[in-house]
Amino acid sequence: MKIQALEFEKPIVELEQKLEEIKKHVQGQDIDLDPEVRTMQEKVEATRRDIYANLTAWQRVQIARHTSRPFFLDYVDQAFTDFVELKGDRLFGDDASMPGGLAKVGPHRCVVIGQQKGRDVKENLLRNFGSPHPEGYRKALRLMRMAEKFRLPVVALIDTPGAYPGVGAEERHIAEAIAVNLREMMVLETPIVAVVIGEGGSGGALGIGVADRVLMLENAYYSVISPEGCAAILWKHRKHAPEAAEALKLNASELQKLGVIDGVIPEPLGGAHRDPEAASLLLRDAIVSALDELVPVATNKLLQKRYDKFRGMGRFIEG
Amino acid sequence: MPIFRKPFLKNIVSKTREMPEGLWTKCPSCSEVIHNLALEENLRICPKCEHHFTMGSKERIASLIDEGTFEETDAKMTSVDTLEFKGVATYTNRLKSYQDKTGLTDAVITGTGKIDGKPVGIAVMDFSFLAATMGSVVGEKITRIIELSTKKKMGVVIVCASGGARMYEGMLSLMQMAKTSGALARHAEARLPYLTVLTNPTTAGVMASYASLGDVLIAEPKSMIGFAGPRVIKETTHQDLPPGFQTAEFLEKHGLIDIVASRTKLRGVISQLLDYLAPATK
Ligand SMILES: [Zn+2]
Repeated sequence: MKIQALEFEKPIVELEQKLEEIKKHVQGQDIDLDPEVRTMQEKVEATRRDIYANLTAWQRVQIARHTSRPFFLDYVDQAFTDFVELKGDRLFGDDASMPGGLAKVGPHRCVVIGQQKGRDVKENLLRNFGSPHPEGYRKALRLMRMAEKFRLPVVALIDTPGAYPGVGAEERHIAEAIAVNLREMMVLETPIVAVVIGEGGSGGALGIGVADRVLMLENAYYSVISPEGCAAILWKHRKHAPEAAEALKLNASELQKLGVIDGVIPEPLGGAHRDPEAASLLLRDAIVSALDELVPVATNKLLQKRYDKFRGMGRFIEG
Repeated sequence: MPIFRKPFLKNIVSKTREMPEGLWTKCPSCSEVIHNLALEENLRICPKCEHHFTMGSKERIASLIDEGTFEETDAKMTSVDTLEFKGVATYTNRLKSYQDKTGLTDAVITGTGKIDGKPVGIAVMDFSFLAATMGSVVGEKITRIIELSTKKKMGVVIVCASGGARMYEGMLSLMQMAKTSGALARHAEARLPYLTVLTNPTTAGVMASYASLGDVLIAEPKSMIGFAGPRVIKETTHQDLPPGFQTAEFLEKHGLIDIVASRTKLRGVISQLLDYLAPATK
């Protein structure tokens, strides 16, 4: 599948086209030795490194939303093994935007849950663009309780623009479903690792995000409100989303500085979608090493640390 | 219950003819023009149609807590512009203007007091301060009053109203949802009652955390209560919203709200629930 280039990647694309043209001209010769080809290749790489080393908040949001980016089930497929999907909230239905089940990651058996987006219209109809209904959060909690019962750690991979704003979602109390997850995850007696792999859309993300280790992929974002939503309210127009993205400090590195997340998982140059296999390995290694640390910790100590971590979040003047 | 003292009202009404306009409020529901003092005297409920006007946090505490028993906690805590938020207006300026306008330090007042002699921890959000959005101060004050109540083996009453999380504090505001809900988990483990009063409007991040977690959810009549705003829902779904959508009565019918109670009954309802659920006091 051809990867759609983002607006800010245009300089790279243009140089790559030039490189192709030069290569055509030097047909028949040893391309690798042609000085013009080599100069151009170096120029492409330098431009690429330069652009990706200086990404703005808004550019990262675009990478996080890229439709070629690996989604939850792609990672389940590549970073985990032996996935058994378990469906339904036992109350109303099964929410396909929040799949979950049993899997292995490295040496660890676990329960894995996450939001799943679609790549085309048909898939998105099924996955609801990765926006869960209450059933998604209630299924997630059911699976987390199963994890607790069988002493399996929980891995939550977050990728959602937000919980679904719809009539049915409100009628079945999506706010309550998220709230209950926040409360129950804080006291769930098993290790929890959460990773924001793409979009961390507000309460819909946090609804599976109360964890002993909260990690983010390098280009993921995690925000209290979408940059567009924030721009519409504070700047009176969605076109100011880039400024809003900057102001919200929604990137992984900023959030680590604020103490909101515990670590950043690097992505291949240009983003996870440029090399999904390498991205999956990086994700797997980060999850495994987090679980290696958390699994041996005594439950009461684990819960106290989890509580203390979130308890310490926020800045204010005592007065 | 201090509801409607007729003689007092009569006095007001007789004097009103020559009073300037700013002393009158028009009911948005039935268009009745009500004298402000009469409105205050009636717990800010329209005497004609029972429309519940927004009530300030100080008035709310006075209406619920036994006189002379309220002790405020963390009264001086204020917000900081950690993100150095660069928007159309700076966060620092907005805070300052709301502090000047309302005389409040932030969007919640917390403390301890008694309701019919029963000790409780109480938090009351104030919609007049930045739409009672939840930032670090709201989250911290609420968490502290919950923790104090757990320690002192008291029930907690939170009177909610909120436009959601406070964007100016970015992810720090979102994390207050986890922090407050975590404190409630421990309060619940100690088998202590938590009563939630939902007032108009209670939405978004606050609704998706402590506002939904009461052992009993009480709502004032016709309050707008929900996660997403109706406009966002319409734009996303291109669907017509059912009549009464996201009102207290709608949510009572759909199984979320235990009791829709008029403001005049609120104190009595809370008192009765505490009799059933709170540990007996020495
Ligand atoms: Zn009226």
